[in-house]
Amino acid sequence: MDFIIAKYNYLIYVILMMIGFYAMIAKNNLIKKIIGMNIFQTAIILFFVSIAYKKGGATLPILTHADAHGEHAIQVAQYLNPLPHVLMLTAIVVSIATLGVALAIAIMMYRKYHTLEEDEILKAIK
Amino acid sequence: MIIEQAPPLIVIIVLMSAVATPLIGWLRKDLCYPWVVLVLLASTCCSVLVLNTVIHEGVIHYYMGGWLPPWGIEYVIDHLNAMMLVLITGSSLLVAIYSKRSLEAELPDRTVSFYTLFLLQVTGFLGIVITGDVFNLYVFLEIASLSGYALIATGEEGAPFAAFRYLILGTVGACFYLLGVGYLYMVTGSLNMADLAELLPALYGSKVILVAFAFFMVGIALKMALFPLHMWLPDAYTKAPSAASALIAPLMTKVAIYIMLRVMFTVFRPYFSIDLLPVTKIMLYAGIIAIFAGAVMALAQRDFKRMLCYVVIAEVGYMVGGVGVANAVAIKGAILHIMNDVVMTLGLFLVAGILAYKMKNHEITAFDNIFKKMPFTMAAFLVVALSVIGVPPTCGFFSKWYLIQGSVMAGNWTFVVALLFSSLVNIILFFRIIETGYYDFGASGSGHAHEEGSGVSEAPLSMLIPTIVVAAAIILIGLYNQSIITNIINFAVPKL
Repeated sequence: MDFIIAKYNYLIYVILMMIGFYAMIAKNNLIKKIIGMNIFQTAIILFFVSIAYKKGGATLPILTHADAHGEHAIQVAQYLNPLPHVLMLTAIVVSIATLGVALAIAIMMYRKYHTLEEDEILKAIK
Repeated sequence: MIIEQAPPLIVIIVLMSAVATPLIGWLRKDLCYPWVVLVLLASTCCSVLVLNTVIHEGVIHYYMGGWLPPWGIEYVIDHLNAMMLVLITGSSLLVAIYSKRSLEAELPDRTVSFYTLFLLQVTGFLGIVITGDVFNLYVFLEIASLSGYALIATGEEGAPFAAFRYLILGTVGACFYLLGVGYLYMVTGSLNMADLAELLPALYGSKVILVAFAFFMVGIALKMALFPLHMWLPDAYTKAPSAASALIAPLMTKVAIYIMLRVMFTVFRPYFSIDLLPVTKIMLYAGIIAIFAGAVMALAQRDFKRMLCYVVIAEVGYMVGGVGVANAVAIKGAILHIMNDVVMTLGLFLVAGILAYKMKNHEITAFDNIFKKMPFTMAAFLVVALSVIGVPPTCGFFSKWYLIQGSVMAGNWTFVVALLFSSLVNIILFFRIIETGYYDFGASGSGHAHEEGSGVSEAPLSMLIPTIVVAAAIILIGLYNQSIITNIINFAVPKL
């Protein structure tokens, strides 16, 4: 139980990821698949943000007065690591771009086949 | 000064020109084509320069903005990626030259956006290959993949659906890669490949590292279409426009194999990937299964391009299996095969594009009498086909030779059988086309083909010349394989 409470953010990331994965595999509607894909990517963002987090009295890695107390300002074990957040800014951009391309392709298919159901599109292609 | 800045220039020239292409297309649509050819020519020159420097002076480290690693992003160019850079820029240059007429026929009103995506795709490939930073690699991987999805979606009937499927699976692959990066970052706090290689050995027992490695391998296997994760490939490459499939089919899977080599042998040490874990054993069998499955499914195809897609899947099996054999000779063969396979697949898809341009169709049954109609194209095709089969003067023979030699040394007879089986199947595959091509079956041919009669109607020069260059390259790589191996590939093989 303690383990679950201590690591709940990682559990949520796994659960979210599996929800997204399930939607990508099992849903017949293309938009639902796309939403599943986006949930999948968002779960990874949660994971990265979680690994940066530290409980209780974490400092910020800011070097104001670094010359005075340089030792205190940057102690790797203490500060919240900002780098994963920065990485995730890039990952958010990537996931938005993916979402955009996916939706554009879905629109293309809707214009052609007038449906977004996978089985009906497959029937129309054959 | 230019020489010092050549490594980033390879990528930046292409990236900036991709952004500028819509502007140029907006000014004058027909300027796009010379512009793209010029840009890729410049990038090719830079990468040849870099390869030359690497051969003579050793590994190049380039620090972006002067920030030293592990904080800044580093470009590391050793023999392996210098070779990949030349292959990528060279083959994309050939495809760009080739693309003009095929685009006029297939996507007449979309040339500007096609060329923009084309350059972005090349940027992605180049970035993946050149970078020394695992997260940077992820971003470039997504640039390459996203422009690939868009390029494929513009193809013929059913292409958007194929692209959609590719998009879903490709995103899963890239996300797995990103998760692997996350787990590595969690325990090491570093993203630089060389730095990771220093930090990781102390942690090799850790479960986090195992999870990271598993995510890396599965994600990359999805991207390289290793059987049974190949489901997206045949549809996507068959239905893409000819010029797009000639760019993506040779490069995407090979770039993924490059990532696999980097992760296995640079980020992780060879003894982790080979001795500590049974990864290479799994890869060996995955490769063998991929070869058999690809070859058998290729036999079942009646569509030329689709058949080539399954040939690509079998070839992925060669390289993965070759790395799986895990001795220096087989890995040498696998790396040489990356080079050969880029050239051979490029040749095959260029020919497929010419046939699709001329016949408006890529069913094998429509190909009767093509040897008479297109003697030069088919001569080039013959060279490529012989190389895929593995006939001595062509390059395909030598990589297969090293693969077989390596697996005999390791005592893996199943892999030897798989390679020979695949060669036999390739003989059947290509002779089926040659047989159809030599004879005039009459009945099955479409009407207008007969009105033209037996006269030669060769492909336009802009399409023919790249194809012949590829055929010549196949023979030249075959003839000079020894110097390629001693100058480049021997340095690229990891020290086991």
